[in-house]
Amino acid sequence: MPFPPKIEQLLEELDFFDDRMERYQALIEFADRFQEAPASISGPRPFPESQRAPRCDSEAYVWTEALADGKFKYHFAVENPQGISAKAMAVILDECLSGEDPELAVNLSHDVVFSIFGKEISMGKGQGLMGMIDLVRIQTRRLLEVSRVP
Amino acid sequence: MSISSELSPAERGYVHPEILVSTEWVAQHLNDADVRLVESNEDLLLYPSGHIQNAVQVDWTSDLNHQVVRDYLGKAEFEKLCSRIGITPDTTVVFYGDKSNWWAAYALWVFSLFGHKKVKLMDGGRLKWEKEKRALTREIPKFAPTDYQAAQERDDETIRALRDVVMEHVKSKKPLVDVRSPLEFTGERLHMEDYPNEGALRGGHIPGAKSVPWARSINPEDGTFKTAEELRQIYQVEQGVKPDDDVVVYCRIGERSSLTWFVLTHLLGYQKVRNYDGSWTEWGNLVGAPIEKP
Repeated sequence: MPFPPKIEQLLEELDFFDDRMERYQALIEFADRFQEAPASISGPRPFPESQRAPRCDSEAYVWTEALADGKFKYHFAVENPQGISAKAMAVILDECLSGEDPELAVNLSHDVVFSIFGKEISMGKGQGLMGMIDLVRIQTRRLLEVSRVP
Repeated sequence: MSISSELSPAERGYVHPEILVSTEWVAQHLNDADVRLVESNEDLLLYPSGHIQNAVQVDWTSDLNHQVVRDYLGKAEFEKLCSRIGITPDTTVVFYGDKSNWWAAYALWVFSLFGHKKVKLMDGGRLKWEKEKRALTREIPKFAPTDYQAAQERDDETIRALRDVVMEHVKSKKPLVDVRSPLEFTGERLHMEDYPNEGALRGGHIPGAKSVPWARSINPEDGTFKTAEELRQIYQVEQGVKPDDDVVVYCRIGERSSLTWFVLTHLLGYQKVRNYDGSWTEWGNLVGAPIEKP
């Protein structure tokens, strides 16, 4: 299954970079745009374990907010200050999935991690980023199920 | 009594304290032409997001590993790497990185395979540097390439153990140290907690191995190493592994065990420690290899 259109567009842009450092630089620009979930969404620290991405040693947390139009907005927190990749991933997921067809989030493949960060990503780091995707998928699916209950 | 992380490396009683440098030492040598700072991380975005001034990046996958065969780079590739980062055999290479210096120790170990003698590790790695709010930069330094000549071909015998050697080691009942987490050691898990159970078909440990998770050597608050006395208590008193023993250390792919190799060899002065980099991803898949499981 293809990735969501905005992610496909991002991958096309990343493909322009032949040099891996330039590619990393582009990803860091995503991390630089990271903004933590507002307190009105996340609540106070410590954040609940149920919102914590599994397998992520950057301590990423995910919240999915239902919008009025049936779409969703994704919010994140990354507690480990060295969690640069997690912050980049959070911004990419927010910018590519928020306000889009929720099914795109539900069906997002783990493969997107390798497509964005490269196959050389370590197993530990890759699993953490996939854990963020897992939580986005699960939260979206749950909210969709709730919204479909008559 | 001071906790070990409040003591300088020279005050902690190590056999070779000169192998470890403090963050302050690094801060004073940022522009020292005889010193090259090398950052090695698990997270590939960390270095470009900010690193110590004049530090170059050496990546464990793309720079240190062979790109096809599961092995390290050869002598010619190592020379090319060292030439690219502008060092000579006389350059003091100081490694540091994330994850309590896992990958930095791994890089230091690979440099040692080729006989680069002047190597050091920055105590506490990135964690300590950042906790002290020391400066980071995104400026990638440029150094004039050199024509590095390695001291030797890759030495796969002195500090590296290949599987046949480990098999003989087991038969001879010589000491092994398994630095993985307790659940990996018992075979309940094939990877660290919260990581997927993949990479090996069997769980457990190499027969006779002692379980000493790598993290026991580290002060978790700042990533510095524990004192020699604390380390001896763990390895010698608790586990009975002596400085003149022939020791093999291993983990899952050889990175965590590089850190323990560093502790035993350089901080405690053990004479013969070899890192089995094939580790559990090889042993746990090897047909007929003996495994101990409680």
